[in-house]
Amino acid sequence: MKRFSVAHPLLVIGALVIALLPFQMSGYHTGLGAHVAIFFIAILGLNILTGYTGQISIGHGAFMAIGGYTTAVMSHYHHTNLILTLPLAFAIAFCFGVLVGIPALRFSGVYLALATFALAVSVPQFTLKFSSFLGGSNGLQTSTTKSNAWIYGVSWSCAAILYLVAWLVLRGRTGRAFRAIRDSEVAAAASGVTLPIYKTLAFGISAAFAGVAGSLFVIATNGFAQPNEFAVFLSLTLLIGAAVAGLGSLWGILVGAVFVALLPTVSADVPLIGSSHGQDVVFGLIVIVIMLLLPTGFAGLLYRLRSLPGIRTPVEKEAGG
Amino acid sequence: MPPLLELVDVTARYGPVQALHGVSLTVGEGEIVAVLGANGAGKTTTLRAISNTVRREGEIRFGGKAVGRKGPESVARFGIAHVPEGRGTFAELTVWENLRLGAYSRRGSVKDDFARVLSYFPWIQDRRNQQAGTLSGGEQQMLALARAFMQRPRLLLLDEPSLGLAPVLVTEVFRIVRELNEHEGLTVLVVEQNAHIALQVAQTAYVLEVGRVALSGPSAELQEHESVRRSYLGY
Amino acid sequence: MEAVRRLNYRERRANRIGTGVSPAVVIALVAAAIFLLVGSLLSPIFAQQTVAGLAQGAVFASLALALVLIYRATEVINFAQGEMAMATTYFAYQLTLWHVSYWWAFFLTLIIAFFFGAIVQVAIIRPVQRSVIAVVIVTVGMFVLIDGLVTWKWGADLKFMPAPFGNTVYHVGSVAFARQDIGTLVVTIISVVLLWVLFKFTKLGLAMRAAALRPASAALVGVRVNRMLAIGWGLAAVLGAVAGLMTEPTVFLQPTMMQAVLLYAFAAAVLGGLESPAGAVIGGLALGVFLNLVGQYVGFATSELRLPIAFAVLLIVLLVKPHGLFGSKQVRRV
Repeated sequence: MKRFSVAHPLLVIGALVIALLPFQMSGYHTGLGAHVAIFFIAILGLNILTGYTGQISIGHGAFMAIGGYTTAVMSHYHHTNLILTLPLAFAIAFCFGVLVGIPALRFSGVYLALATFALAVSVPQFTLKFSSFLGGSNGLQTSTTKSNAWIYGVSWSCAAILYLVAWLVLRGRTGRAFRAIRDSEVAAAASGVTLPIYKTLAFGISAAFAGVAGSLFVIATNGFAQPNEFAVFLSLTLLIGAAVAGLGSLWGILVGAVFVALLPTVSADVPLIGSSHGQDVVFGLIVIVIMLLLPTGFAGLLYRLRSLPGIRTPVEKEAGG
Repeated sequence: MPPLLELVDVTARYGPVQALHGVSLTVGEGEIVAVLGANGAGKTTTLRAISNTVRREGEIRFGGKAVGRKGPESVARFGIAHVPEGRGTFAELTVWENLRLGAYSRRGSVKDDFARVLSYFPWIQDRRNQQAGTLSGGEQQMLALARAFMQRPRLLLLDEPSLGLAPVLVTEVFRIVRELNEHEGLTVLVVEQNAHIALQVAQTAYVLEVGRVALSGPSAELQEHESVRRSYLGY
Repeated sequence: MEAVRRLNYRERRANRIGTGVSPAVVIALVAAAIFLLVGSLLSPIFAQQTVAGLAQGAVFASLALALVLIYRATEVINFAQGEMAMATTYFAYQLTLWHVSYWWAFFLTLIIAFFFGAIVQVAIIRPVQRSVIAVVIVTVGMFVLIDGLVTWKWGADLKFMPAPFGNTVYHVGSVAFARQDIGTLVVTIISVVLLWVLFKFTKLGLAMRAAALRPASAALVGVRVNRMLAIGWGLAAVLGAVAGLMTEPTVFLQPTMMQAVLLYAFAAAVLGGLESPAGAVIGGLALGVFLNLVGQYVGFATSELRLPIAFAVLLIVLLVKPHGLFGSKQVRRV
C-alpha cells in the first residue's frame, strides 16, 4: 500500500507532531484531535475494502456501532477495562464483517452499495428495538469515563498500531490478492486467488477496523453509546472521508480524516447564516466544491503532483486517477 | 467543384498514444472512397476524427466549411452519418425505433424517407417491432445503413461493414451501398479490411500505414500496385 | 450447426422479452394480487390496510421511479432525491402562503421542480460525471446543503398545507377509504402513465432512451446527450415533487419529511431492478402494501422495525434475484 521509502522522514516528523500536539492544545481541541484519529482508523478500514478489493460499502457506520456498543455493553454490565474492550470490539466486528461479507459476494457495484446502506440504516433501529438491553434512544453508558488526553493518546496509539497492521497485511500475499481482485476478478480467480475467501476477509478486516473506531468513538463521546450517533449520516461521512482521501495514500487518508472530523466544527464557526443550520449549509457546500475540484480525492491530487517528471513512486501509480 | 470532404494533416491521439500522424485525404461529391490498411493502421481513427468522436488536430473541411470540434452531435447535424465499428445500432430498441432515431435530427416530414428505406430494405416492414439486438449480423448491418440513410446525409462514413459477415452478405451490403451512391447521390467514405471488395466498389482508395497515408490513387491503379497486391490482395 | 442455430434462437427469444421478466416473477405477482383481492373481500381491516398500503406505496413508487430514471441514464444513485422533493414541496407551501390556490401551486411547483432538477444536473453533476463516487458524494453534499437551506429559510417546526383531497372518508360496506389515499393513487398513476407515453411515443422520449442506453451511438445520430441527461434529471425532480406533495398530507411539512421515504424508495427501486421503471412502480406498491399488512398482522413487527424489515425483504429478494425482480444483467454498451 505505501512504500515508506519516500515518506519515511515525513512520517517521523508527523508522528512527533501528533505526539506533541496535545501539550499545546486545549482539552476541547485535544478531543477533536482524538476524533481525527478515530476517523483515520475507520477510513483506513474502508479503504482496504473499497480501495483494495473494489467492494463499495456505505454501511461502515453499522460496524462502528457494533464496536461501540460492544464497548458500552461490556463496560456497563461487566465493568471491563476500556482498553480491553478494544480488541474485543475488533474481534466481534470482524465476525460481523465476515457475516456480511458472505452474502455480499452475491452483489456488486451499486447493489452492494445499497445493501450496505440498508445495513447502516437498520442497525441503529435494532438498538431501539432491544432498548432494555441496549439502552434504547437514551443510550448506554460505560462505567468509567476518561480524560481528553487519555482518549487522544489511546486513539492515536491505536491508529498507529492498526496502520502497521494494515501495512503488514497489504504488503504480503493478502495485499496482492486484494489488488488483483480490484483490478480484475476474473483474472484473479484464474490466477488461483480464491475469491470468496479474500473478499470476505477484506470485509472482515475493514469491519474490524471500523469496530475499533466505533469503540473509541463511544469512549470519546463521554462513554455514551447512542443510536443517533451511529445513524446513516455517519456512514455517509465515512464515505465522504474516503472519497476526499482518494485511494491508497496514507496522507490522503489523514487528510480525509481531518476533513470529516473538523469540518462540522469549522462550519459551525463560520458566521454565514447564523443559526445552527448554517453549519449544514457550509458543510454541504464545501463537500460539493471539494468534489468538483478534486474528484479523485487527495490521493489523486498527490498522484498528479507526483506525476511531474522524476518523482514517481510505484505506490502512487495505484492511487486514485 | 470543391471536394465534399477534405482532411488536411489530421492528427489524433488516444491519451498518450498517437494514432494518426498527419493524414490528408479528399473525397469528391458523389464518390465512393475506400480507406484500406492493416489493423491498427488508423483507419477507424480517421473516421472518428471526422465525426469528432476522438480529439484531433488539423483541418477538416466539409462542403468547403471547416468542421468544428464540438462533438459528434453537431457533426451528425452537419450532414455526416457515421456508422461505427460494431454498427451502433440500439440493440434494446426495435427496428422501427432505430430508424426513427436516424431521422432524429431531421426537420420536416420524413414519411417519404421511410418509404424509400423500405424500398431498399423491404424486409424491414415485417420486422418493424423486433428488437434490433435479435437480428442477425447481416440484418444489423443493413439496419445500420438504413438508419444512416434516414439521416439523409451528404456523406456516409462506413466503418468495416464486412466485419463478421459471410461473403454473400458482404456482397449484398456493398451492392446496396453502391445503389445508394448511384441513385441517391450519397457520397461514401468506407473503411475496410476486405480490400478486394472495397477496391471493386470504390473509385479512389487510400492505404494507411501506421497513421499515415502510404499510397493513394484510383482503385484500378492500386489494384495493380505491387505492394498493395502483396499485402492486401494476397497475390 | 442446427444446435447452434437453436441456441442462438433461444438467446434471442430471451432478449426479446427484454428486461428479464421471468415467468416465475409474473406468476408470483399475479398470485399476490389475487391474495390481496380475496383478503380485502373477506376482511375490512385487510382492505383498509391494503388501500392505505397502496397509497403509501404510490409515494414510494414515485420517488423510486425518479431514482431509476436517473440511474438508467447516468448509473448513479441520487442521494439527494428526497431532499430535492422536500425542497420543492416547501416551495409549494410558500406559494400557498402567497395566496396561490393549492392546485395552481401544485402545477407551478412541478414546473419549477423540472428546472431545478435540470439546473442541478448541469451545474453540479455534469462536471463530475465521470467519477461515480464523486457524483455520489456530491449528492450527499446536496442532501446536507438543501436540508440546511430549507431549515434556515422556513425553520424546523411543523408546517401545514391545505389538504389536496380533503379529509373525507368513503365507506364501502364496513370498509373505510380515505379520499386522500385514493387521490394519491390517482395522481401517481397519472404521472406514471404520462411518463410512459412520453418515453414510448414521443421523439424526445426516444432520444432520452437512446441517450441512456448508448450515449455514444446516440450522439452519432445527433442526439444531444448532455441535454437529454439534464431533461432526465428535470423529470426525476418532477416525480420527486409529486412524491413530496403526496406525502405532505400524512406527515406534514418538516425538513425530515422525505428521509424515510427516500430509504423506502431505494428499497423499492432496487427491489424492482434498478434499470426497470415498471419494476420501480410495482416494487413501490408492493413494498407499501407488504409493510402495512405485516405491521398489522405480525406482532413482532413494531414500527421501529419497519425500515429494517423493508431492507430485509430487499436483501432476501436480491439473494434470489441479484438484479431485482425485473432486472437483468445489463451490460453497459457504448
